[in-house]
Amino acid sequence: MSNVLWQPSADIETLRERAAIIRCIREFFYTRDVMEVETPSLSAASVTDVHLATFSTEFVGPGHAGGLPLYLQTSPEFAMKRLLAAGSGAIFQLCKAFRNEEAGSHHNPEFTMLEWYRPGFDEFALMDEMDELMQLVLGVKPAERLTYQQAFINALAVDPLTADISTLQQLATEQGFADIAAHETHRDTLLQLLFCMKVEPTIGQEKPCFVYHFPASQAALAQICQHDERVAGRFELYFKNMELANGFNELTDAKEQAARFKEDNQYREANGLKQVPMDERLIAALENGLPQCAGVALGIDRLIMLATKKQKIKDVIAFDVERA
Amino acid sequence: MANYSTNEFKGGLKIMLDGEPCSILENEMVKPGKGQAFNRVRIRKLITGKVLEKTFKSGETVEGADVMDTDLAYLYTDGEFWHFMNNETFEQIAADEKALGDNAKWLVENDVCTITLWNGSPIAVTPPNFVELEITETDPGLKGDTAGTGGKPATLSTGAVVRVPLFVQIGEVIKVDTRSGEYVSRVK
Repeated sequence: MSNVLWQPSADIETLRERAAIIRCIREFFYTRDVMEVETPSLSAASVTDVHLATFSTEFVGPGHAGGLPLYLQTSPEFAMKRLLAAGSGAIFQLCKAFRNEEAGSHHNPEFTMLEWYRPGFDEFALMDEMDELMQLVLGVKPAERLTYQQAFINALAVDPLTADISTLQQLATEQGFADIAAHETHRDTLLQLLFCMKVEPTIGQEKPCFVYHFPASQAALAQICQHDERVAGRFELYFKNMELANGFNELTDAKEQAARFKEDNQYREANGLKQVPMDERLIAALENGLPQCAGVALGIDRLIMLATKKQKIKDVIAFDVERA
Repeated sequence: MANYSTNEFKGGLKIMLDGEPCSILENEMVKPGKGQAFNRVRIRKLITGKVLEKTFKSGETVEGADVMDTDLAYLYTDGEFWHFMNNETFEQIAADEKALGDNAKWLVENDVCTITLWNGSPIAVTPPNFVELEITETDPGLKGDTAGTGGKPATLSTGAVVRVPLFVQIGEVIKVDTRSGEYVSRVK
């Protein structure tokens, strides 16, 4: 008998439940005429997002004797937006996403993502649809909704949209993060620390909770709201201490998108991170015209953890990174 | 001492925190999909034994602590220090009351204990999981009680007090679990 750990990290019964959930999700979209698509896992460009680390490799073969650098996708977002710009209409994808530097009870460097886009929807219409999917898969009550500002105030009695850096440093110190607060001069890092550690445990315990209108400084690829420029059309879904999904009222302005990529790279440079060339193919697609749409990405492994009441991501995937 | 980044954090790693050597118990990554990653770490302070939770920004580094465990045999106490010896090199080390804490009552001559050294000095002494000690004082119990219901207090040769079944008598040697301080069995 060898001591090699060949067995799956999830038990077969859980994998059977997983298969049933995946099937249920596909049916949900088939009945709504949302087309299933597949886009490359390996792509010539990647994300500039300062908090995402990528895997990269190289294609060597016909036409590329010198090697073509390729990145494993952190999400299928850019390629799916190019399909939307080409007139695909509503689309969904179930695929693997790859993120370096992430492993833990809620993270595996390779994980399964459900991403879908709805032309003509805003973030609220998409939250409605997502709520229906959650009720179907998890058998939960309709989700509650809170603005980021309200969730933050409820938990910490500080307004995240108006608080200055010293107020946030003081709040973080009071909440037990003195060492981080003493050196942290980036407002969003303090907001993310407080939101993750102190706000998340207070929301979405009984039923899922949508948090919307994230601060504009954390808009990522969402449009800034016209009614209040301090916030963006970005939402997240939380349930039982798990961040399940991130959605946007998608930014369609090519110039604005290019400017945000550039800003990310400036931050990268200032903080000693590797520069990432912006995805010119996405920018060109946006210039050609992305229909107004909303899109969302949901972590399937975490959804299955909730559905099967498992505590660790490795309990719901066949082979986690330690057994891959 | 080397520095360790949060990626090297794992159970058992010894690091310095607020000037005190600590051992990492658990390390969990917490990262929003869009945002900074953090490490939520459970840590035991090795001198006070206090367990606390601490959050680091992922990628930060902390100083390692020069902490090592060594197995030494207990020799004797002179009242101020407890003396231990390495059975192979015969090198001796003396631990003070602070390092012993509550564990002095479990020290049996020649038993091999784990001594935790920080920068070469003992900061903790962990006795074997099970020790055998003689009962020096206990109320005479009822013969025939074998179920051990309730039991009675018994003082052992080292001064430790444990609850024992009623049938156990003065002069008998018993086995005790030092982690819980509970009676295990009589030693024939």
